Amino acid sequence: MIHSLFLINSSGDIFLEKHWKSVVSRSVCDYFFEAQERATEAENVPPVIPTPHHYLLSVYRHKIFFVAVIQTEVPPLFVIEFLHRVVDTFQDYFGVCSEPVIKDNVVVVYEVLEEMLDNGFPLATESNILKELIKPPTILRTVVNTITGMEKGETHRELPSWLPTGQLSSGALAKDWIDAIIDKSGSTITAEIQGVIDACVKLTGMPDLTLSFMNPRLLDDVSFHPCVRFKRWESERILSFIPPDGNFRLLSYHVSAQNLVAIPVYVKHNISFRDSSSLGRFEITVGPKQTMGKTIEGVIVTSQMPKGVLNMSLTPSQGTHTFDPVTKMLSWDVGKINPQKLPSLKGTMSLQAGASKPDENPTINLQFKIQQLAISGLKVNRLDMYGEKYKPFKGIKYMTKAGKFQVRT
Amino acid sequence: IMKNKFGFRQQMIAKGKNASELFPAVVKNVASKNIEIKKLVYVYLVRYAEEQQDLALLSISTFQRALKDPNQLIRASALRVLSSIRVPIIVPIMMLAIKEASADLSPYVRKNAAHAIQKLYSLDPEQKEMLIEVIEKLLKDKSTLVAGSVVMAFEEVCPDRIDLIHKNYRKLCNLLVDVEEWGQVVIIHMLTRYARTQFVSPWKEDDGLEDNEKNFYESDDEQKEKTDQRKKPYTMDPDHRLLIRNTKPLLQSRNAAVVMAVAQLYWHISPKSEVGIISKSLVRLLRSNREVQYIVLQNIATMSIQRKGMFEPYLKSFYVRSTDPTMIKTLKLEILTNLANEANISTLLREFQTYVKSQDKQFAAATIQTIGRCATNISEVTDTCLNGLVCLLSNRDEIVVAESVVVIKKLLQMQPAQHGEIIKHMAKLLDSITVPVARASILWLIGENCERVPKIAPDVLRKMAKSFTSEDDLVKLQILNLGAKLYLTNSRQTKLLTQYILNLGKYDQNYDIRDRTRFIRQLIVPNEKSGALSKYAKKIFLAQKPAPLLESPFKDRDHFQLGTLSHTLNTKATGYLELSNWPEVAPDPSVRNVEVIELAKEWTPAGKAKKENPAKKFYSESEEEEDSSDSSSDSGEVYNSLKKLCSLQLICYASNNTVRPST
Repeated sequence: MIHSLFLINSSGDIFLEKHWKSVVSRSVCDYFFEAQERATEAENVPPVIPTPHHYLLSVYRHKIFFVAVIQTEVPPLFVIEFLHRVVDTFQDYFGVCSEPVIKDNVVVVYEVLEEMLDNGFPLATESNILKELIKPPTILRTVVNTITGMEKGETHRELPSWLPTGQLSSGALAKDWIDAIIDKSGSTITAEIQGVIDACVKLTGMPDLTLSFMNPRLLDDVSFHPCVRFKRWESERILSFIPPDGNFRLLSYHVSAQNLVAIPVYVKHNISFRDSSSLGRFEITVGPKQTMGKTIEGVIVTSQMPKGVLNMSLTPSQGTHTFDPVTKMLSWDVGKINPQKLPSLKGTMSLQAGASKPDENPTINLQFKIQQLAISGLKVNRLDMYGEKYKPFKGIKYMTKAGKFQVRT
Repeated sequence: IMKNKFGFRQQMIAKGKNASELFPAVVKNVASKNIEIKKLVYVYLVRYAEEQQDLALLSISTFQRALKDPNQLIRASALRVLSSIRVPIIVPIMMLAIKEASADLSPYVRKNAAHAIQKLYSLDPEQKEMLIEVIEKLLKDKSTLVAGSVVMAFEEVCPDRIDLIHKNYRKLCNLLVDVEEWGQVVIIHMLTRYARTQFVSPWKEDDGLEDNEKNFYESDDEQKEKTDQRKKPYTMDPDHRLLIRNTKPLLQSRNAAVVMAVAQLYWHISPKSEVGIISKSLVRLLRSNREVQYIVLQNIATMSIQRKGMFEPYLKSFYVRSTDPTMIKTLKLEILTNLANEANISTLLREFQTYVKSQDKQFAAATIQTIGRCATNISEVTDTCLNGLVCLLSNRDEIVVAESVVVIKKLLQMQPAQHGEIIKHMAKLLDSITVPVARASILWLIGENCERVPKIAPDVLRKMAKSFTSEDDLVKLQILNLGAKLYLTNSRQTKLLTQYILNLGKYDQNYDIRDRTRFIRQLIVPNEKSGALSKYAKKIFLAQKPAPLLESPFKDRDHFQLGTLSHTLNTKATGYLELSNWPEVAPDPSVRNVEVIELAKEWTPAGKAKKENPAKKFYSESEEEEDSSDSSSDSGEVYNSLKKLCSLQLICYASNNTVRPST
């Protein structure tokens, strides 16, 4: 199935190659480079590129293209899903997945890749199992984790910090993401909540865990880690499983569309361009809406300004902001929202002289985080362990984050 | 120290440098007891054996010994490496090793044997017959570890030997939930093909809503035919039902490839009334990575053309975000267009208004095309769309204006009578717009409607005659056309102008234009040499032209099996296996019977039910659920057995580490 894998960095260097069948010359990547040139932006490179003798399937993550070479018909998602699994595995092994880290750990990378595919067909893709076959480089990992503060890897990195160390424990983190499009006037065009439950299990023996919810009806559509017994979910709405060691994603869910989505923030905006003047006005204020009394933190506002904007001179009431005159990207790191003193960003934009005003006001993208709250209202009822005698530490945390949260202005 | 040394070599391999001169020194270490070093040697050996065949042979005896090792993991890995050495001379040794391994007690070793089959087949296709025997044997295997790998081997070596599947069909269906995820994908794709050759079509009777609409337009004869068929009641083969039922839980898989595989199975083999359940899972996949979105959206685009109803409830999931990459945006637009109907079009048009203003101009242009298609598909909004597009003509962005012109041209062509005003408006645009396609479109439109705008058309021609030499080739051709049409309808005002243009065209640098000029002159300007054709010049130039069809590029794409590479590329990929049409008469279903008494019993009740209730599907909903609960154990179990396997391996590591060689 998968013939070879090439890792290509953003400047177009092939810095790693691995072949599972006979060797394919790296010149096959020339077709990829052509497509890359045509696409102008990295994310517009088509994931499937046909060449005269091969097909190139690629994923783009962490500024690296993972390009798989295949020769015959194969479901494209099979290859794409596998490549993502490779990236996840690297991330799990090394804390971050970047070119220098891969280069530094080339032996482990090679061993892992060898174990993941046999003759191009996936063999062991579960990172917990791989870790038992090939030990991750421990010293480096801790160093990386302390330096980066474990925030690079979106997946499960938030988990272990609050679990007691050196104790048998199991913890779960339920994370809600709100995806929304808010229109000019502040009304919601679409909003939906999806989420995951990430688990971190450090238990000995063969513990059999069950996790039940107070309100399982909320979950409209779910997908499971392979350890979960599907039948028990079908019949009793209970998650029953023998957990793998370490971190893993137990469950992904989507909250049914019937439930109204509470939007926790609002953005007041006044962005105006005038035809004659070379100055535009810019003013945005962010405030809490339905937060159930919790604080909104980690707020970051980004916006792609129109091409005509040359520069911006803005003053934030809190946090820091940057504007890149080349990419026209405005980014404002707000931090916490204090409901008594709403954060705002005001100022002027200098526009290209003589240019007409842009057709569209920029769209505002919002990121935020609310600790201790699952905005969907999902609640875990209990977590029980069977099959082993000891009493482990058990914990569950909730969190809400902005997914793709956009405000049109 | 030793590991570092090898690590260095590994780095060289990884960087694509040639490390083959070190080969002999490395191969010696294959007998090393340290399992880590052993593994590194394996990687190295597999990479360079093809180039250094003689030296590679030195290592063979070590593998042969390892194949008899009491530890299953060592046996498996020895087979794995031995079969990966691409040296033709060892083919007989490999064949023997595969045969032995396929009878091994450990399912893990048998799994590796299945992988080795494909490797040997690609090294020496002449072994095919012998390998098929091994495949046949391994297909009978009841282990979930083996199932995926052997089906993979089957697909690669002998996909046409469908007869090997019969006896294993029910077992595969029942094991499916417990097979590892990658194996599931392969098995589901194979079983989809199998079902299309072995069962009769379930589509005749319970047609979906859309199909009823289609019936409405069909002629009476066909209607009669349908009712004739209805006289013989359709009953689904219980094996067919088994497959559909046992794949359903896999829609909940976390693996996008598995979900897509089940979705395509439902699309291709389940009754139309049951396909609906896949929509929710496919929409779930849209929250995944860009690449997954891309493939899933393509498949939804194909599905939504035929069955709007499936995805209509999820309309808003296809709304475009400004952060989506352009390719995702255009696919979403495609789907929105397919889903548009009288009820939702006004909401959609409002959404489109936002898109048209997008800073991503390529996307804005695609939106305009979309509006055009909605306008033609839904007659209620044709005028609204047209007015909206005309407003866009005063847009500041040239790409937007040009695209609008092109789309308006297409729309007007469908109903030219009442749009004199718009044509006048567009004629004015010629002064400002510079995009060649748009200019050409306007000129063509004026030419076609020259009798409706008798005052403007000659004036446009006058302006164009002035700028002829500086125009793009595309525009020049349309100027010639416009001249010809005006000459035929209004020669009094335009005779001289047209002749002037024809003279310019005669000496143009482009030979297409010179050719066209010559052709037109002969046709419209009568002289003694001109033949019979020029009498018909008017009919030729001003013939009624059929309006262009604004069609989706995804129309009829489902003649490729969904979820395949061929579907994504819309061309047949190498090694693509056609999905056959349903057979008219089902082949003998008894071939799937297995001579195990318990199994046979399980199937008799189904046979009875058939007699009792012949008209409808004989599995009621409740019965279905009962059956599925005892059909197989649970997916969790495989995972757990794998986990145990790994701890075994750890033990073997530990024992090896104690005898680490001193270096």
